[in-house]
Amino acid sequence: MSYKLQFAELLPYWSVLLYGLVFTIVLTIVSTVAGVAVGTAGAAARTFGPGWLGRIVAVYVELIRNTPFIVQLFFIFFGLPALGLKLSETTAAFLAMVINLGAYSTEIIRAGIEAVPKGHIEAGLSLAMTKWEVLRHVVLNQAFRKIYPALSSQIIIVMLGSAVVSQISAEDLTYAANYVASRNFRNFEVYLLVALAYLALAMLTRSALRALGRVIFKAR
Amino acid sequence: MSLVSIRDVRKSFGQNEVLKGVSLDIAKGDVVAIIGRSGSGKSTLLRCINGLETYQSGSIVADGIEVGGAATNLRELRRHVGMVFQQFNLFPHLTAAENVMLAPTVVNKVSKAEARITAAEVLAKVGLSEKMDAYPSELSGGQQQRVAIARSLAMRPKVMLCDEITSALDPELVNEVLRVVEQLAREGMTLILVTHEMRFARDVGTKLVFMHHGKVHEEGVPKEVFAAPRTPELQQFVGQVG
Ligand SMILES: Nc1ncnc2c1ncn2[C@@H]1O[C@H](COP(=O)(O)OP(=O)(O)O)[C@@H](O)[C@H]1O
Ligand SMILES: [Mg+2]
Repeated sequence: MSYKLQFAELLPYWSVLLYGLVFTIVLTIVSTVAGVAVGTAGAAARTFGPGWLGRIVAVYVELIRNTPFIVQLFFIFFGLPALGLKLSETTAAFLAMVINLGAYSTEIIRAGIEAVPKGHIEAGLSLAMTKWEVLRHVVLNQAFRKIYPALSSQIIIVMLGSAVVSQISAEDLTYAANYVASRNFRNFEVYLLVALAYLALAMLTRSALRALGRVIFKAR
Repeated sequence: MSLVSIRDVRKSFGQNEVLKGVSLDIAKGDVVAIIGRSGSGKSTLLRCINGLETYQSGSIVADGIEVGGAATNLRELRRHVGMVFQQFNLFPHLTAAENVMLAPTVVNKVSKAEARITAAEVLAKVGLSEKMDAYPSELSGGQQQRVAIARSLAMRPKVMLCDEITSALDPELVNEVLRVVEQLAREGMTLILVTHEMRFARDVGTKLVFMHHGKVHEEGVPKEVFAAPRTPELQQFVGQVG
């Protein structure tokens, strides 16, 4: 078994690969920010909101957590046009990612909120704060501190899972790899390089999130 | 005119009637000590006064605000009715000063600078000037409870509800908290305290309330009631704890 690695043959495609890498990074950052915002709102609705709203959120969460991401993506990109909603590959990819992470982070953040002692909430209410003020100033900080590791893991899972958006031709890193491999046939080199890129991205994301956590939660 | 007026209040949790027609009048400057066996409804009564619990019938009027109404302005009520809990319930992510400053800035829209001045003042009052920037995890139980009292004081309440605020403390830390409460009483703060500290109830209280099975079983001037409890239940209770 002897295979001669020919990484030089990837060089002509460096801009394609770089574009894919940047696309994946931007996709991850945007869907993390928006997905965690959705998750925070969802968790707040389930714990502090009216019952009907909580039930709607529960349906959303279960729907997303119990179906494959690729099916959600296909539904948004190929299915919704039947209702007259035609999205570009890029928009569909971003939307699917946000909806997906939103559902998972709703559950994670909700667990964090429920772990905050009831007494803290009652103390806040007794100080004449409204329950939304208590949520904002007393509950969320403690909740996020507790679930930050779980949320970080979920963000990395979603970042790696974003490779699936190449299936609707959104031009992410995996799409770029497919594109290059189909032209120079250097499958081994291309996918090895891209695998290493994902590995590096995952490790970078993990340490970036850890550093961010230290800044946000520096107080004891 | 009473500051807090409780009329025939009934409260059930499901089938379990916990308050069976409680009436009490509390005047400005009163220090009311509520004693009674565990499960007799003391905490529930306190929690009804600031709207943490709802009740089914009767009425509670605190500082002119009818508590149980559907349209009751709980924010307005709670600005005047403070509460301190057995478990301190300090916000762990905030320093002592920040704990004290939170409600004035959020609820009363006071500036941070002004709130910090108030925080310094109330923390000095509870003897914790040195601990303004300490986090709750860096404080002893007694210190945490004194911060909790300061936090409540910062809202300038007209009446403070204290639910067994020394029960979670190691014995050697009880007195530092009781001294703070006693000073508040001397300064004229209206206090409603659920307590197991019988000596404190007798020496500092202006009124004693013995609750039994969801009712006010006996009430009166603490020294007189302790000296000559009329009902066998209170005689037995005093005999056990005193
Ligand atoms: N949230 C609740 N749900 C159901 N029952 C409760 C609740 N809170 C208190 N109770 C019941 O009400 C009764 C009185 O409780 P409580 O007011 O805490 O008594 P105390 O403070 O005198 O010990 C007890 O039987 C208790 O089990
Ligand atoms: Mg109690």
